[in-house]
Amino acid sequence: MSDTSDPTGSAGASGRRPVVTPTRVVVAFCLIVPFAAMLWVGSYAKVEPAFIGIPFFYWYQMLWVPVSAVLTSVAYVLVRRERRARKEGGSA
Amino acid sequence: MKDVNGVALGVFLFFFVAVTVMGFLAARWRAAENANNLDEWGLGGRSFGTWITWFLLGGDLYTAYTFVAVPAAIYAAGASGFFAVPYTILVYPLIFTFLPRLWSVSHKHGYVTTSDFVRGRFGSKGLSLAVAVTGILATMPYIALQLVGIQAVLDVMGVGGGENTNWFIKDLPLLIAFGVLAAYTYSSGLRAPALIAFVKDTLIYIVIVVAIIYIPIKLGGFDDIFAKAGAALSQENPTTGQPRGALASGEKQQWAYATLALGSALALFMYPHSITATLSSRSREVIRRNTTILPLYSLMLGLLALLGFMAIAAGVKVDNGQLAIPQLFEDMFPDWFTGVAFAAIGIGALVPAAIMSIAAANLFTRNIYKDFIKPDATPEQETKVSKLVSLMVKVGALVFVLGMDKTVAINFQLLGGIWILQTFPALVGGLFTRWFHRWALLAGWAVGMVYGTLAAYGVPSPVNPDQKHFGGSSKEIPGIGEIGYIGLTAFVLNVVVTVVLTLVLRAVKAPDGVDETSPSDYTADAGDPGVEAELPPATAGAPGAH
Repeated sequence: MSDTSDPTGSAGASGRRPVVTPTRVVVAFCLIVPFAAMLWVGSYAKVEPAFIGIPFFYWYQMLWVPVSAVLTSVAYVLVRRERRARKEGGSA
Repeated sequence: MKDVNGVALGVFLFFFVAVTVMGFLAARWRAAENANNLDEWGLGGRSFGTWITWFLLGGDLYTAYTFVAVPAAIYAAGASGFFAVPYTILVYPLIFTFLPRLWSVSHKHGYVTTSDFVRGRFGSKGLSLAVAVTGILATMPYIALQLVGIQAVLDVMGVGGGENTNWFIKDLPLLIAFGVLAAYTYSSGLRAPALIAFVKDTLIYIVIVVAIIYIPIKLGGFDDIFAKAGAALSQENPTTGQPRGALASGEKQQWAYATLALGSALALFMYPHSITATLSSRSREVIRRNTTILPLYSLMLGLLALLGFMAIAAGVKVDNGQLAIPQLFEDMFPDWFTGVAFAAIGIGALVPAAIMSIAAANLFTRNIYKDFIKPDATPEQETKVSKLVSLMVKVGALVFVLGMDKTVAINFQLLGGIWILQTFPALVGGLFTRWFHRWALLAGWAVGMVYGTLAAYGVPSPVNPDQKHFGGSSKEIPGIGEIGYIGLTAFVLNVVVTVVLTLVLRAVKAPDGVDETSPSDYTADAGDPGVEAELPPATAGAPGAH
């Protein structure tokens, strides 16, 4: 993610809607992290440490199911909040 | 020939009959005054809320075949079969970005299929036809595989008949199951699988939770299971001289693992049945909310995959890997619970089969029949054609399964995944930008299809020396040298061709199609029955309007 959000954000606040806002950067981060974690297979392709007898390879990936769901939920809440804020701004 | 397991069969039949009754009654559930249009029959009135959509999508994406095939893959080769878990993890952040846009524009313009959108966006019937044909081709073998799922259960229960029985008697249970399915899909449309999905998923969750606690206790805990499975997987296959598999993905398999997960995640929501379930939801919010709760199914899938190791550890021996899990259930559970488990798999096949046939029928009706055969078709005619085609599609799948070897259906399903991924640039690209040229998209699609098909044709089976073609979905990636998912390689080629040709076509000023959508359509939400853009027209997309 680039850090262009700030100049665009402040310039756009007066009239035009910025495409890249700090919220959207966070949203994009939340959505990209699972890809980085899951596609880097080398980081988890091992048997130890096992958890209750389940090799690392399996429990680690299954752990990412709830982690990724939480990240998506954060993205959802942020997007919804921004949308509502814009809606109010738009009708004012 | 096995003995019939009477108790299990009785429980199975009980659930099957219950579900059948529900299927027919579903026509009255939340019924509209005029049911004779595709929005009603094919999309359940576009009225489903968060929970119904959750059950419907869950029932649709995590099919009986998934339940049988994922642990079967683990049973056969260990770690490499587990890619289904990262695959279903990646799906949700991915669709979070584009599915709400598809929902909005489809609601605004009354699109029923993805091809409807592609035609509206790019003004190209040719491109829309390509997307529709790809969708139908990819869906047919998928429906066939649902039948394979039912067959696996029937076989293990002993009602499938042996090799020496008359083919008609042997296939009769399957024919009955399918006849019933076809009848209630015809009469109730998408409402039938939506209602049945409740039963299916409840049963599946119960079975998984019980299986994941009960079977490890019987087998002496996960330590023992993985120790035994690890030992069994490291034994060499006499024909290839290679070990059967491993407990963690080896260096050489990591590219394949990652590309399969990514490619499958990209492909999943290109399938017509995923989109049908998506468009049947009531609002944009429902879709986004679902991306946060659908992962519960992924967790279930992960647990289910572990059953593959349990089957190895329990010493389940089957010739056909697809039977490993049903056999494990029968060996481990008391008879009555085996019946519940089998009912879960059987009903798990009916729900997606119904949605898939509806989705394929909608594609045919909207993008072939209406666009090319009868442009002035009324909504009543469209619904009638769709209903008939949904029957034909199912009969076709049945013929497929009964007439050909099961591996043919599996091969085509594998090809279908590669094919459907090639519609991604037109659909998802189109949702965000109109920069791609319609002819470039068509050319990119064609290149991806041809490359993917040829590459898959050239893959011999790793275990069966007699199978020279379509033996797997991974192959060396040209230029990188690692083994990777063919579908993803074809997709990259597709995108490169599309981008290069778009640049060329833009340079020579090739004519663009008419775009009937406007930027605000992609963010419109349900707030009122007509789904007008939620923003006042003055502010929608107009800079500095406040």
